[in-house]
Amino acid sequence: MAEEYIYKKVGSIFFGLLGPTVIKKIGSVKIVTPELYDKEGYPVDGGLMDVRLGVIDPGLRCKTCNGKLKECPGHFGYMDLARPVIHIKYVRPILTLLKYTCRECANVLMNEEDIKKKKTLKETGKCPHCQAKQFKIKLEKPNNYVENDVRLSPIEIRARLEKISDDSVRMLGINPEYARPEWMVLTLLPIPPVTVRPSITLESGERSEDDLTHKLGDIVRINQRLFENINAGAPEIIIEDLWDLLQYHITTYFDNAISQVPPARHRSGQPLKTLSERIKSKEGRFRYNLAGKRVNYAARTVISPDPKIKFNEVGIPKIIAMELTVPEKVTSWNTEWLKKLIENGPENYVGANYVITADKKKRKITEETKEQILTDLVPGCIVERHLMDGDVCVFNRQPSLHRMSIMCHKIRVLPGRSFRLNPGVCTPYNADFDGDEMNLHIPQTEEARAEAEILMQVQSHIITPKNGFNVIGCTNDAITGNYLLTRDLKLSREDSIQLLYSIGVKEFNLSKSKELDGKEVFSALLPRDFDFIGNSKDGRTVKIERGKLVEGIIDKSTIGEDNGTLIRALYAKYGEDIGIDLLGKLFRLGIAVLLRTGFTTSISDTDLPEDVLQKNKSLTVQTEKKVDELIQQFKNGKLDAMPGLTVKETLEKMILQNLNSLRNKIGEVVFESIPEENSTILMAKSGATGNILNVAQMAASVGQQALGGSRIRNGYRDRTIVAFEKGSLSPSAKGFVYGGYRDGLSPTEYFFHAMTGRDSLMDTALRTPKSGYLYRRLSNALQDLKIEYDSTVRDANGNIVQFKYGDDGIDVHKSEGGKINVQKIVKEVATYG
Amino acid sequence: MAKTEIKFDVKTHILVPKHFLMKKEEVDELLQTYNIKKKQLPKIKKTDPAIEGMEIEKGDVIKILRKSPTVGETFFYRVVV
Ligand SMILES: [Mg+2]
Ligand SMILES: [Zn+2]
Ligand SMILES: [Zn+2]
Repeated sequence: MAEEYIYKKVGSIFFGLLGPTVIKKIGSVKIVTPELYDKEGYPVDGGLMDVRLGVIDPGLRCKTCNGKLKECPGHFGYMDLARPVIHIKYVRPILTLLKYTCRECANVLMNEEDIKKKKTLKETGKCPHCQAKQFKIKLEKPNNYVENDVRLSPIEIRARLEKISDDSVRMLGINPEYARPEWMVLTLLPIPPVTVRPSITLESGERSEDDLTHKLGDIVRINQRLFENINAGAPEIIIEDLWDLLQYHITTYFDNAISQVPPARHRSGQPLKTLSERIKSKEGRFRYNLAGKRVNYAARTVISPDPKIKFNEVGIPKIIAMELTVPEKVTSWNTEWLKKLIENGPENYVGANYVITADKKKRKITEETKEQILTDLVPGCIVERHLMDGDVCVFNRQPSLHRMSIMCHKIRVLPGRSFRLNPGVCTPYNADFDGDEMNLHIPQTEEARAEAEILMQVQSHIITPKNGFNVIGCTNDAITGNYLLTRDLKLSREDSIQLLYSIGVKEFNLSKSKELDGKEVFSALLPRDFDFIGNSKDGRTVKIERGKLVEGIIDKSTIGEDNGTLIRALYAKYGEDIGIDLLGKLFRLGIAVLLRTGFTTSISDTDLPEDVLQKNKSLTVQTEKKVDELIQQFKNGKLDAMPGLTVKETLEKMILQNLNSLRNKIGEVVFESIPEENSTILMAKSGATGNILNVAQMAASVGQQALGGSRIRNGYRDRTIVAFEKGSLSPSAKGFVYGGYRDGLSPTEYFFHAMTGRDSLMDTALRTPKSGYLYRRLSNALQDLKIEYDSTVRDANGNIVQFKYGDDGIDVHKSEGGKINVQKIVKEVATYG
Repeated sequence: MAKTEIKFDVKTHILVPKHFLMKKEEVDELLQTYNIKKKQLPKIKKTDPAIEGMEIEKGDVIKILRKSPTVGETFFYRVVV
């Protein structure tokens, strides 16, 4: 039977209190006994598991709606309380209501004039309406109200709240239609349906009840005893005690984590999970069940690098490959193959774990069931087979801040226990290998696989929508290797062939000479019809004609991440699939070259010749002299203030300028003196990692330590540390580090260095969560904005946000740095038709 | 405290873009171009200082000449609410 859907739009929602009349109206049973089941195990009438509250037994039918297990939504019951009890969640509102209304006439403690003027309520000693004297009402936590050292009983409180007129209630900000104040003191207790507190049958056949049922049982029991004692005319002390006990049970029924109330516990000692605990916190209904999304067919483990696999592959451990499965529909063409997989079973790779028969029954493959399953296997069954090389998966690293955080990779089953990924894709995931873990998902339908392959493959996300540059490219050794190769490396013909073969290039056309130029080996990767003109990092031309590198050195600005011009040119001309393949080859070529030539960096990289050391020293002395002069000028009052600055600030600024220029000068000297072949310099020059400043800091001087934009400020009286004279403004007293990392820092220098180090550590530790939350709010606010075909940006209701996306309507993902080079496109179209 | 009538006119500030009132025909054309109802346009309050002193009613559409980092200058439209 086709289900009929009725569509309604929610106009408004209001929140109110359940009053006694409503509780009685919605209640289908009056609960009178704490017993749950009779001797036959059938729910007792008027008990907490009464069949009129709904059913949780497959065999029974609900006595209220006659529905079976999944048909009956469950129905509320109610219970008469022997004495009224304060609802613990409304302790505060009750206090305010008592405080601001007259204890005699129940009017708001404010005269008409003040009400008209909308003045703020104040506690007053006298009622402006009936002149009755008012007393201070105090809350004695958790739920006792004391007026003039006399405790108010819930009965008195309820009576006072009842007396407050609807108008007064409205004035106090409560709508009496939905929430009369006296409803905050319970006289009836609604009993939730059994469907929200189902009991579970243990393996031993014993029934185990839900925490809520336990708690409700306590309430019913005490309530009954209270009734009996009242009817029997028991002494007031006993009744009071029982009343308090009832209050305790009802309090903990609502919230078992109130600070002054000892939590109700199981016999085992663990606290009961009552109503509040079900809703609140990370494990509560909202964050766990409603906002939480959980999936099957997923895996998570530590990641580690493997530069030999492709960019769009991911290496997965065999144990994971044998746990995760792909559903494979049996057809006449693959029956034989699938039978072999079933034969292998779940224990042997490549095998299968489950078979879903044509009538949708899931059967586990075991030694015992194997034979039967094999004979029953017909087209239309589904075999859940192990993962195999080439299967589609979705790979992700949190925080998923941009679309490149979730990409589609092809599976490579590898030994080991970690996910393997090409180090080139670390940037889009923002991953490193210091213990990072990543998630992997296996799409289970043909549609999901197609969608992942069309929209999410790594090669479709090389260019970021942020600025149109490539996020994936060669890094580190891959750049250094290509740099060395295309600069001046000479290889024998045999070596070249082996090099190319080792990276998986099998078709190439090398000249017949004995010794080959590195440029020629590099060119062997490029397609023959490829032309390119670009610049290397130092601004010199890089020229490729007809697939041959004829001029220039390959470095970061051609094959690196973020504006690697050569990569994007290849990509634009040959498309995603060939582009990623070429990029992978370039990457592996760089690494293979270094593997051959050998490449290392050592402490001797920071060795400086004697004359350079001398030169640095004289530079330092010069600057020190200049700084001294400035300080003298300042002390003699001869220093002129710069516009907008005090004299002192002027001095600081000038000193800082001098010291910074000293560091730069030392850097230049170091850079000029260190030989070309120095590995550290080589890496900096090719753009692989590091920069000249790093070298200067290691070899010569670390330079000025700055905190908050200025030199280290005085923390003790008139000086930074007690190692210096009071009032000293000299470079060393204010955090200038003469020493380099190699030779080491003096104790005072070390201290200043630690200061700035600590500062930046604190800064990152505090900024990350802040900016993370900021980004979350932003992306939530923008989440369903969409660019329509008329290039307007609209929200889900079709309201216009931008009249033309980015004012120019350009899809940044398909641009270069946010611009479209029309001339280039025209030229290309004209040349290639 | 007595109210002083010295007030800064934001319209003269360089960072405040120029606001113009659109004619009815122009508005109709605009709504037709984007195939929208008036309420789907971005909004501007009638009391907004940038359109203070203009003879404006609710439902009028304001055309704003804005600076843009991508195309230099561009128009934006807001309906008065
Ligand atoms: Mg990490
Ligand atoms: Zn029912
Ligand atoms: Zn009164």
